[in-house]
Amino acid sequence: MNFLTALRKEWLEQRRTRRLLIVIVVFVAFGFSSPLLAKFMPEMMKSFPETAAIASVFPAPTVTDAVGQYLKNMSQFGLLLAVLLSMGAVTNEKERGTAALMLTKPLPRSSFLAAKAIALLITFGVGVALAGLGSYYYTLVLFEPLPVGGWLALNGLLLAYIFIYVGITLLASTLARTQVVAGGIAFGLAILLGILETIPTTGKLMPASLLKWGTQAALGNSETAWSALAVCLGLALAALLGAWLVLRRQEL
Amino acid sequence: MSAIQAQGLRKAFGSFVALNGLSLSVEPGAVFGFLGPNGAGKTTTIRILAGLARADAGEVCVAGVDLRADGHLLCRRVGYLPEEPAFYPWMSAVEFLDYVGRLYGHTTVERQKRSAELLELTGLTEARKRRVGGYSRGMRQRLGLAQALYHRPEVLLLDEPVSALDPAGRKGVLELIEGLRGQCTVFMSTHILADVERICDSVAVIDHGQLLVEGRRDELIDRYAAPALRVEAAARSVEAFTAWIANLKTLAWVSAVSLDGPAATVQVLDLPLAQRELLRLAVAADLTLERYELVKPTLEDVFLRIVA
Repeated sequence: MNFLTALRKEWLEQRRTRRLLIVIVVFVAFGFSSPLLAKFMPEMMKSFPETAAIASVFPAPTVTDAVGQYLKNMSQFGLLLAVLLSMGAVTNEKERGTAALMLTKPLPRSSFLAAKAIALLITFGVGVALAGLGSYYYTLVLFEPLPVGGWLALNGLLLAYIFIYVGITLLASTLARTQVVAGGIAFGLAILLGILETIPTTGKLMPASLLKWGTQAALGNSETAWSALAVCLGLALAALLGAWLVLRRQEL
Repeated sequence: MSAIQAQGLRKAFGSFVALNGLSLSVEPGAVFGFLGPNGAGKTTTIRILAGLARADAGEVCVAGVDLRADGHLLCRRVGYLPEEPAFYPWMSAVEFLDYVGRLYGHTTVERQKRSAELLELTGLTEARKRRVGGYSRGMRQRLGLAQALYHRPEVLLLDEPVSALDPAGRKGVLELIEGLRGQCTVFMSTHILADVERICDSVAVIDHGQLLVEGRRDELIDRYAAPALRVEAAARSVEAFTAWIANLKTLAWVSAVSLDGPAATVQVLDLPLAQRELLRLAVAADLTLERYELVKPTLEDVFLRIVA
């Protein structure tokens, strides 16, 4: 009930508060520059006497380097932006008092929360789409064409990876009283996931596995990690469900 | 059936008991003043009535909705204005009211009409396209009132609705609230007693989370405010006047005396006797009086007497 009305407001907020612009600028900058850096970094290093010796032993850059550079940059900044842009989503509304005002209207708390999650997903989706488009073009020009289906899969998995942190941060934002605390909780949970990635039994089910799968898909390999995707999406949805369970009992 | 019925409300925050068995009953169509000193539990009560907080114990029914069983129905029957209404600073007033209208499922035409009506009513028509982030506190308060009235609620819960307004703004909002008498039930907390006296039919006074007194405004004044006479001496007899006032305190029909320079207020237990005796005593003491009048008791007198 009223989910679309809330989503419309959240999407307008993403644009008016320039969150969408920030995501696009950051993602496009790294999306476009990743294949360029992969291609020209060794040559740039050769031009400096201090690094010329090291650069000379590097093998010639390949399309694998371009894909790796893209994923590394996008996943790091994706995680960072997911936490920074989501940490105040609920706490700010609770602190300011807008949540108290709006939730006395016919706006269920589930719609209030789901609209925020979907608006953030759309924002990051637009950013990833534009970055993916630019990166694909430069990889094509500087290296070789990548399989389109694989490239789409990589970007879809990248978006799923970012969405896990959006879900976790929204849970933190619902639990915490201030956005700084929410950010702290979200980064703490991200570190915990990072630790779990280093354990062989759990590592293959963690978000980093989605990036490995994406790399393989973009390079045309058939290796998959469906179980990791199921666990990660389950994690994001569980975080959102947890956020709703907390919010519906919270006094405003 | 009462518009608001609360029975034995209890709410604690840790060891602090905000409400301690509060019971209230508000008649439909009334403008109800909810009074109490700071920390008495007024805002907690309003938050419970608005469905934003849960009572630890007790029963609440607002606009026919039992909050424990059917709380989700409340939003269509109740309008709520918090003490400091907050909005999305990037929205304009007209966008905000449009958003509220969408939540109530109104069509585009209905939303445009209702928003224009409310902006006109609250004096925000000129500023309707300005971002709310740039509004003064008074303007936000008026927009808060507009959003609370949007769906023509049966019960309007107002937490200190005029505390942020300048005298002209306060007058306008009070007239607006007064105009709602009979259309909806207004439950208004405030610490400005003159405002309550001006527009409220009924009043409740709470302190330490408990109801001290509840009733019609005039009945409370008659019941609790002691009759008083005010006398003011001419400048040349102030010294004699001060001594005379000190003697008055010993009389059986005088309950209290307060001296303020050349003037004094004498609260009495037996008004007819006091009216006869006070002037006679003044003449006997050879005082020159500049003023002698019966003081009309106010709600402030009632409040101070009850809370003190």
